[in-house]
Amino acid sequence: MADALDGAAGLELFRTMWLIRAFEERVGQLVRENEAHGLVHLSVGQEAVAAGVCGQLRDDDAVYSNHRAHGHALAKGAPPEAVMAELMGRDGGLCRGLGGSMHLVDAEHGFLGATGVVGGNVPLALGSALAGRLLGGDRVAVVFFGDGAVQGGIFVESVNLAALWRLPVILVCENNGFAEFTPRSAHTNVERVSDVVGPWEVERETVDGNDVEAVRGAFGRFLAAARTGEGPYLLECLTHRLRGHYEGDPQRYREALAAEEWQRLDPILRLQRRGADDGWLDEEAPARLEAEARARVEEAVEAARESPFPPASLTTELVYAP
Amino acid sequence: MTTYLQAITATLAEAMRADPRVFVLGEDVAEGGPWGATAGLAEEFGAERVRDTPISEAAICGIAVGAAQSGLRPVVEIMFVDFVTLALDQLVNQAAKAHFMSGGRLTVPLVLRTQGGAGQRGGAQHSQSLEAWLTHVPGLKVAMPSTAADAAGLLASAIADPNPVVYVENKTLYFRDEEVEDDGPVPLGRARVVRPGRDATVVALSRLVHESVAAAEELAGEGIEVEVIDPRTLVPLDLDAIVESVSRTHRLVVAHEAVVHGGFGAEIAAQAQAAAFDELDAPVARVGAPFAPVPFSPPLEDAYLPGRAEVAAAVRAAIGRG
Repeated sequence: MADALDGAAGLELFRTMWLIRAFEERVGQLVRENEAHGLVHLSVGQEAVAAGVCGQLRDDDAVYSNHRAHGHALAKGAPPEAVMAELMGRDGGLCRGLGGSMHLVDAEHGFLGATGVVGGNVPLALGSALAGRLLGGDRVAVVFFGDGAVQGGIFVESVNLAALWRLPVILVCENNGFAEFTPRSAHTNVERVSDVVGPWEVERETVDGNDVEAVRGAFGRFLAAARTGEGPYLLECLTHRLRGHYEGDPQRYREALAAEEWQRLDPILRLQRRGADDGWLDEEAPARLEAEARARVEEAVEAARESPFPPASLTTELVYAP
Repeated sequence: MTTYLQAITATLAEAMRADPRVFVLGEDVAEGGPWGATAGLAEEFGAERVRDTPISEAAICGIAVGAAQSGLRPVVEIMFVDFVTLALDQLVNQAAKAHFMSGGRLTVPLVLRTQGGAGQRGGAQHSQSLEAWLTHVPGLKVAMPSTAADAAGLLASAIADPNPVVYVENKTLYFRDEEVEDDGPVPLGRARVVRPGRDATVVALSRLVHESVAAAEELAGEGIEVEVIDPRTLVPLDLDAIVESVSRTHRLVVAHEAVVHGGFGAEIAAQAQAAAFDELDAPVARVGAPFAPVPFSPPLEDAYLPGRAEVAAAVRAAIGRG
């Protein structure tokens, strides 16, 4: 179980969230400048989920992610320069430039992969959890997915099997209320994802996903139980995607959030207020930590720029494992 | 004597005895499945390694992919190749591409066993030959054994391979028996000359191998000596063996049960003519099913299925005796 949020833990979360925020904002810029490429989905606004979950995992715990994967990868320990280089299509990228934004993999840190097909990652996490059980040990598997994934058949198939086999897997839903461009209410009558898994009696909790302490606390309880071989668990994090579905999305389908409303919801500002109240974040710390994060990202951009594009021969070399 | 089916069961058992990471999963596998391919495995290896699943092809395939990425060697059974349609996201988007998209850092050592083919009045949804689809996906290997010896040898190689291998059995061959000497694994990508001949080469897949041998015997009575080659795996394809044969016979017929249109025979024909155009004295002929679903009514199904008569006719036409 996660300990109460003390200064050390709070600062670590604050750093992780700022790293993700700074990274994502910089990526947005690089996409517009045509330096980062492809279909890019940013997680600005959803940082608390990645930080609150991944910060408690070990390298041998498996994490599967979706199309909005940068934050999950960074929080799981992927080096920012390697993530950035991947988005730029460079040889020094996490996947040597063969994956891209929606297919990040960092096996060394247990980030077993993002997938661009909504819902397709859920059974992979079950398989990884099954491997953990059959090979022994207490590692667990975690899968991130959005509320849009829940309406797919693969989700139901997977929940049924995870529950039937009692797999040590934690399903983490980032419910930002939008499946691509459409509000959840237009796709389903079931408002809460946690209600969907009710018939299987999956232990579940819905938390304010912009409250990193709530995410960390609920996930920590599930993680402690999963370490003993129990499962599955579902954690629904209600959150807000501040930017469009993808970079370049004109977002005609929703009103922009009022600035003051965002001040209230922003997971970073909320942790900042909490840290100030509890006395572990002094007045000048937020600006300093933000600057550190932005500098770290700038280093990553520079390092990624140094990396060459992969040789064209790589395309045919890596189709099959030797 | 060993049947094709017994060869499969025995090879699975041997692989599971030799390597604790090997396990099987699929619908009714603990009971042995509709033909008994996995019969007895649950008794020897227990329910953890012989995992009965619900009718959830997508999830079972995805679980196998995740398990393979985390250190196991799953052999997943999809009861009919017609149902692979339900698992294509997992097979095509996840299994086939994980090694590539991760820059070579993930491997997916999984075997997907399935069976296809008509002839048992199964109707259009339980009788198809869909192997050509699978050969079109870089990252998958595709094996189609025609004999008990190859069923054993190819399955052993498939299980040992670090890549996803689709292993397509033929339901009408299950109870065909033969003397099998244990020659160990059959390497993926090495064709077998089933019958030597000097006048024409027939490259045949799965059930059509036996039909082609029967046609060759009939043609021998007319003074025509046909060489029959079974490529055994479609990906990788042993083009060298085909070209070597064609350079002696100068005539090529490709025979499979699948619909001719877009079938794998088209690929063999294209590759062979590109590699051995000067050796060919006649256009490459293709034998297969008409462009129609498999009909149910027994006389219609019998008429639909390509067999020895069609192969013999194609050979006669190729050598100008048609």
